[in-house]
Amino acid sequence: MIRLAGTLVSARNIDALDRRLIIKLSRDASEVSKSDGTTALLLSPGATAPDHCTAVAVTGHQCVPSRIAPYFELPSDCEYVADGDIIRLEPSKNRFRVLFRKSSAHNNFLVTEQCDNFCLMCSQPPKKVDDRWVLEDLFQTVQLIEPDTKAIGFTGGEPTMWGERFIDLITLCRERLPGTSVHVLSNGRRFSDPTFSKAWASISHRDLMIGIPVYSDLSTVHDFVVQADGAFDETVRGILNLKERRQRVEIRVVLHKQTFARLPQLARFIARNLLFVDHVAFMGLEITGFTRANLEQLWIDPVEYQRELYDAVTTLDDFGVPTSIYNLQLCLLDRRLWRYAVRSISDWKRDYFPACGNCAVRSDCGGVFVSAVYRHSKHIKAILQSGRSQ
Amino acid sequence: MTSLFHPKEHYERSLIAGYRLLPFKFTQLRENQYVLTNIAGEYFVADRDVVERLVAHQLSSSRPEYAELKSRHFLEDGDSTVGRDLLALKVRTKHQHLAQFTSLHIFVVTLRCEHSCPYCQVSRQSDDRLAFDLSWETAEKALALAFRSPANAFKIEFQGGEPLLNFDLIRRVVEAAELRASTEDRDVTFVIATNLAMVTDEILQFCRGHRILISTSLDGPADLHNANRPRPGRDSYQRAVAGMERARSALGRDRVAALMTTTQASLSRVRDIIDEYRRLGFDRIFLRSLSPYGFAVKTKAFDKYRLEEWLRFYKEGLDYIVDLNLRGEHFVEQYAAVVLTKMLTPFNPGYVDLMSPAGIGIQVMVYNYDGDVYASDEARMLAEMNDKTFRLGNISANSYEEIVFSDTLLDSIEETYPGSVPMCSDCAFEPYCGAEPVFHHTSQGDRVGRKPTSIFCMRNMEIFRYLIEKMEGSADVERIFRSWVARR
Repeated sequence: MIRLAGTLVSARNIDALDRRLIIKLSRDASEVSKSDGTTALLLSPGATAPDHCTAVAVTGHQCVPSRIAPYFELPSDCEYVADGDIIRLEPSKNRFRVLFRKSSAHNNFLVTEQCDNFCLMCSQPPKKVDDRWVLEDLFQTVQLIEPDTKAIGFTGGEPTMWGERFIDLITLCRERLPGTSVHVLSNGRRFSDPTFSKAWASISHRDLMIGIPVYSDLSTVHDFVVQADGAFDETVRGILNLKERRQRVEIRVVLHKQTFARLPQLARFIARNLLFVDHVAFMGLEITGFTRANLEQLWIDPVEYQRELYDAVTTLDDFGVPTSIYNLQLCLLDRRLWRYAVRSISDWKRDYFPACGNCAVRSDCGGVFVSAVYRHSKHIKAILQSGRSQ
Repeated sequence: MTSLFHPKEHYERSLIAGYRLLPFKFTQLRENQYVLTNIAGEYFVADRDVVERLVAHQLSSSRPEYAELKSRHFLEDGDSTVGRDLLALKVRTKHQHLAQFTSLHIFVVTLRCEHSCPYCQVSRQSDDRLAFDLSWETAEKALALAFRSPANAFKIEFQGGEPLLNFDLIRRVVEAAELRASTEDRDVTFVIATNLAMVTDEILQFCRGHRILISTSLDGPADLHNANRPRPGRDSYQRAVAGMERARSALGRDRVAALMTTTQASLSRVRDIIDEYRRLGFDRIFLRSLSPYGFAVKTKAFDKYRLEEWLRFYKEGLDYIVDLNLRGEHFVEQYAAVVLTKMLTPFNPGYVDLMSPAGIGIQVMVYNYDGDVYASDEARMLAEMNDKTFRLGNISANSYEEIVFSDTLLDSIEETYPGSVPMCSDCAFEPYCGAEPVFHHTSQGDRVGRKPTSIFCMRNMEIFRYLIEKMEGSADVERIFRSWVARR
């Protein structure tokens, strides 16, 4: 696990600064000078901060602050920050957050905490707050991301709550990061409005995928899981509108006690009605957010739904729908499903158990969420025989 | 659960108001069992009691059948209306091919053949080339007609007689078609239906250079094949197999297909026939029905008794093939795959003899050696038996419009549309079936036909039943059938 946010160890010469800064880190002093204040110099151990630009150091590196230029020290567990990373600094509150790590394949940006679903297992419980600044900050952030970045993601809350302004953000991605693939997590409901789907399609992004959850083939079950009447119809209509305009759509299915029983029927439903989707991901439960509050309603040991999962995955695979399994440990999966398993848990919240130490397939396994401490399968164990099955 | 969240029942409150039925049909399967089909071809098998409750609006939403029927869009309740949108989309997808109009154009390049198969109505042993060969002048007009079809991608199939006997013409047609397709940015592909007895390296080189598929005849083991397909030297089988190997090494395994004709002598040999296909490295076979256009009509022996014999042949073959699959060998029965595509996928397999509306003309057009245009391959076979009912016109005498808007074609398609034909329109198997005006005209003297005595109807109904029963009886079989129709 990696610490992405916290309290600054020190912040000096900050009186003239904005309340919130989005800053890219660079070890290249000339890039920093040319950057018009959007880039700060990331100091090497023992370095002295220059007087003409903002500098960032990690505490314990024996760096010498400038007497006039802004200087920030991050805690020692932020050793990982590197050239090209982007951080948010709030000098008056002494807070920092690492927004983008160049070396990570898992750079996801929260767009808002608002949502019109209220999913039983939401990992990021929605809040009714005006957090437009979060979105606006992203316009600055995207400008700072290096164009050779492979992939970024946007999540929420529900990013489309911002309507056209979110479309502006994806448009900016297309302009500034033409080679970067973009993944968006949405409940899809907003796309039931053909005007919005049309606007989305007209972004004409080269590599844009939108991940939309469908939890059941039955409206009553889906609406219960997302705690919103009419959500199923809007989500399905949204998917239809997007695919009609040839937008890439992925269906995401979180696996838990309320969804596992109808997985075979859901797969059949997708194969028959939504065969044109680009990908289906079945996702193990993350024990965080609302899931912890609703744990008894949701928890089922993954070994207990392997039959349903196998049926669903093979149905989709048979009909040619690219299918993956996320967040599940190989020791819990039917061996015939190993080839669908993806190491999907983001590096900063991935963990392994002591039992994983001598596991032969550990390097193929995505590990567990750090939050697995709250509930995890009793069947997590080392696999002693190597070799992923076909 | 904490009070922030609503219980499941909260989201089911709209179900109390009951449900509406979406369009569906049902037919008895066996005894107490019924099969229900919706207008997109999804099916559900239920006991009579469930069907009775369903239609009486008395099926409780807590019953497992309710969930299945809702999921498959047989009913709609107050909680969701997106089902009708999905249903409409599925029906549109099933009929997508209609917008493409004719996608298969058959050129009968000669009637000459060195074989003398008794089941063939069209071949001639003649040295008079002019009498039975398609001329370039006529072929050019046929090509112009084929390019009038709105289909962006279409297929030209060369038939005979033995088409290789007029290969120079094939060469000219292919080159002209490719040239025109490239200027119009259209996609045209080619098939030659040949017995391969006369194939040469030069011919294969040409086929290779132009991505031409070879479709050849293989009726089964040597003795059966040679008995069915006499030629001088009694070596049809040896020549077919040798030609197949040459064609495979020149074109690639997947570019050579084989098709069998079923005769009386085949009926007791289905396993031998399948094994012969396997031995020769094929992973599929089309267990074809007895044709009414061959000797069977002449001998008036095409009756119900013969159908039952054929059904035994078909079922034995299908069972054998399913067993092969259960033992891990991927092997497909292609007629079942056509039907299963209709049952298990949103797509239409586009198989001419099982289209609704009928595939004649709008799916396939046949340009005969003499310039006559026919609505299907069977239609021109019928013409060779002196019945030109389904002749749509002549390339030289008629315009494209006169041919595709001919009363013969339009009336045949309209009158035989299974969605409105008595007994078809309320048959649960209608989504899987098709109209065969030429068959019914031939066998019953009426293009619509009388369904209770229709061999076509009896044969297909029994196949539909059998496929559904096999899937209902075993999840493994359903899985195998799925693998036959998968689009990867």
